[in-house]
Amino acid sequence: MAAPKKSVVAKEAGQEKANESPPEFTKAQELAALRDMLLIRRFEEKAGQLYGMGAIGGFCHLYIGQEAVVVGMQMALKQGDQVITGYRDHGHMLACGMSANGVMAELTGRRGGYSKGKGGSMHMFSMEKNFYGGHGIVGAQVSLGTGLAFANRYRGNDNVALAYFGDGAANQGQVYESFNMAELWKLPVIFVIENNRYAMGTSVSRASAQSDFSKRGASFNIPGKQVDGMDVRAVKAAADEAVAWCRAGNGPFILEMQTYRYRGHSMSDPAKYRTREEVEKVRHDSDPIEQVRSRLLAAKVTEEELKKIDAEVREIVNASADFAQRDPEPDVSELWTDIYR
Amino acid sequence: MPIQVLMPALSPTMEKGNLAKWLKKEGETIKSGDVIAEIETDKATMEVEATDEGTLGKILIPEGTADVAVNTPIAMILADGENAAELSKAPAAPAAKAAESAPPAEAKAEAPQPKAAHHPTAPASVSEPEPEVPAGTEFVTQTIREALRDAMAEEMRRDGDVFIMGEEVAEYQGAYKVTHGLLQEFGARRVIDTPITEHGFAGVGVGAAMTGLKPIVEFMTFNFAMQAIDQIINSAAKTLYMSGGQMGCSIVFRGPNGAAARVAAQHSQDYSAWYSQIPGLKVVAPFSAADYKGLLKAAIRDPNPVIFLENEVLYGHTGEVPKLDDYVVPIGKARVVRKGKDVTIVSWSMGMTYALKAAEELAKEGIEAEVIDLRTLRPMDTETIIASVQKTGRAVTVEEGWQQSGVGAEIAARIMEHAFDYLDAPVARVSGKDVPMPYAANLEKLALPSVAEVVAAAKAVSYR
Repeated sequence: MAAPKKSVVAKEAGQEKANESPPEFTKAQELAALRDMLLIRRFEEKAGQLYGMGAIGGFCHLYIGQEAVVVGMQMALKQGDQVITGYRDHGHMLACGMSANGVMAELTGRRGGYSKGKGGSMHMFSMEKNFYGGHGIVGAQVSLGTGLAFANRYRGNDNVALAYFGDGAANQGQVYESFNMAELWKLPVIFVIENNRYAMGTSVSRASAQSDFSKRGASFNIPGKQVDGMDVRAVKAAADEAVAWCRAGNGPFILEMQTYRYRGHSMSDPAKYRTREEVEKVRHDSDPIEQVRSRLLAAKVTEEELKKIDAEVREIVNASADFAQRDPEPDVSELWTDIYR
Repeated sequence: MPIQVLMPALSPTMEKGNLAKWLKKEGETIKSGDVIAEIETDKATMEVEATDEGTLGKILIPEGTADVAVNTPIAMILADGENAAELSKAPAAPAAKAAESAPPAEAKAEAPQPKAAHHPTAPASVSEPEPEVPAGTEFVTQTIREALRDAMAEEMRRDGDVFIMGEEVAEYQGAYKVTHGLLQEFGARRVIDTPITEHGFAGVGVGAAMTGLKPIVEFMTFNFAMQAIDQIINSAAKTLYMSGGQMGCSIVFRGPNGAAARVAAQHSQDYSAWYSQIPGLKVVAPFSAADYKGLLKAAIRDPNPVIFLENEVLYGHTGEVPKLDDYVVPIGKARVVRKGKDVTIVSWSMGMTYALKAAEELAKEGIEAEVIDLRTLRPMDTETIIASVQKTGRAVTVEEGWQQSGVGAEIAARIMEHAFDYLDAPVARVSGKDVPMPYAANLEKLALPSVAEVVAAAKAVSYR
């Protein structure tokens, strides 16, 4: 078995992890992680295509490059745990088990979309899968996610809420208001900071006085950890630790996921703020999907087996794209529904 | 010359209190800072500190006296070398120097009392019983503060998913004592003191509501809710629509709204128009004690986000509240509080005090005004307004908020759309003036609507 590669992203942040090599996955875990990450990647590539064709409108923020974060986190959850995130949310929805058809049809604004076409890319929800959005206002989901954890504590269950946000949102005031309340009331919430190094076009170093986001909860006594967010095993291991901490009633936990987005901030971002070489280097050295693929191949899983997974995923994604373009737009009467109940 | 000690005002809106106890006796020496007496309001007991040195010459108001008006002389202090004979020389009129309360009221946590001199008292006699109240129902006289507390307590007893959170709602018993006793009955799990962090705790409340809990989020005043308005509008109001009906938010945002007294521009704003513009929100702004109770209960049960606008000046006002096990007033229905044939006056919340007083004045001059209390601003009960205007042909709106894009402007537009042919005169609007609220007493009075302005507007639309 090849030695696990240390991600270039983690190296550049200059951090040394105590646990250099995260616990190995079983073959079944590796295969599941590969499939889930591939689904997100192929789905996002398709969404990008459909956007280019004009089938998807408005803003469309792709998750390509960051797949290991949400897939690894999800592997540590149990039934009833909640997830909430910002606008780069397609990956989170798929990882939560929401259907590709429903998500893609929402992107195209059709009646079969999760929000009947009334929410769009940034605003989708699934009560069934405990996915609470999909929020377009940067940082708002952090207070809301703290509220999800509040509800768990109020009800006396042992569920945990995951509030995802980016390095940009980490500078919003309400994030710290939430940190304070979460620790004060010992709420079971994991603040997952997806540090993809750019808040739109502004790099972390240009926007953040404290660029070690795992320390952002220090003044509230919230423990934090920097994690190689390109290695799904490292993410899962960190998630296990944080989930156990929260479930045991110890209060919140911060995980800084060091990751990278390959595409622009949104579809309309030419990404002039970084070099092509920088992107290529991350792709080449630490792609989350390639890491798993190469480990599986080293473990004697055949190319054919992997191709089968790829084919299965492509079929789901293609079917969702077909559905999302065939499904009718919402009935005009929908304009006036769902304002009150 | 002996120094008078005056009955102190403990808050911007207090007008009287009880002299509970004298801690110094006549003839005792007093140093500046000594606590000389205790004063009670219906919410709190406060200590009176001496600001002058000398001897307590005479106690003018014995302990146990109730309803002592602010600025009434309560004692005389003799300076060194003065004797009791000097007491007769003291001026009869209230002196400028008053004892001060301790601790001083803070900007965020004043504990005010109604001030009838500034705002006309709610005329309880005008209130007709609610149509939904069965004949023979007993009524209890309650302050609006008590009606609100009872509404919350009843709903919390009825539904374990209902809880209240906000600044000072628990251990302090409410900055305005509206949550008095709730912590004792329901415990710290359901009555939750928050840090001063409006944006954050509004979001926490909305998040909890998304899971099906039913939070009551108290803002110490709606002025501070501006910090939280993104969560109220973007998260609470829009989620049901954005989720295609999947995920809603049953939550009440409540607290005092509008001008109190002498707290200046940042603490004296009426948000009626702001929130009433937002689809997805319901906005309630009651006037009578019975409506405060019945509508708050309805708001807590409503599956939608409800903005419940209270008024600090009204908190201490009393009214008759039906003694029923479950008195719920439906959201979205206005009420004709006074019947008349000549002119329709539409208002809500504090504006009703001007409207009702004006109607009395107008009656003396032979103009019978019909006064409508909107009670709910969204959804607005257009029907009741239109039915009245079709009868009177004239309308005046009264609000404390600003005129531009105000609720009065909306009412005027609806009357134009639905009853244009019935109008005998353009709709007149009485409102707060188009300025930030000034501090100086005379300017503040000018900035607010007045009874005289309502009377003048009613006469103008009646061409009299």
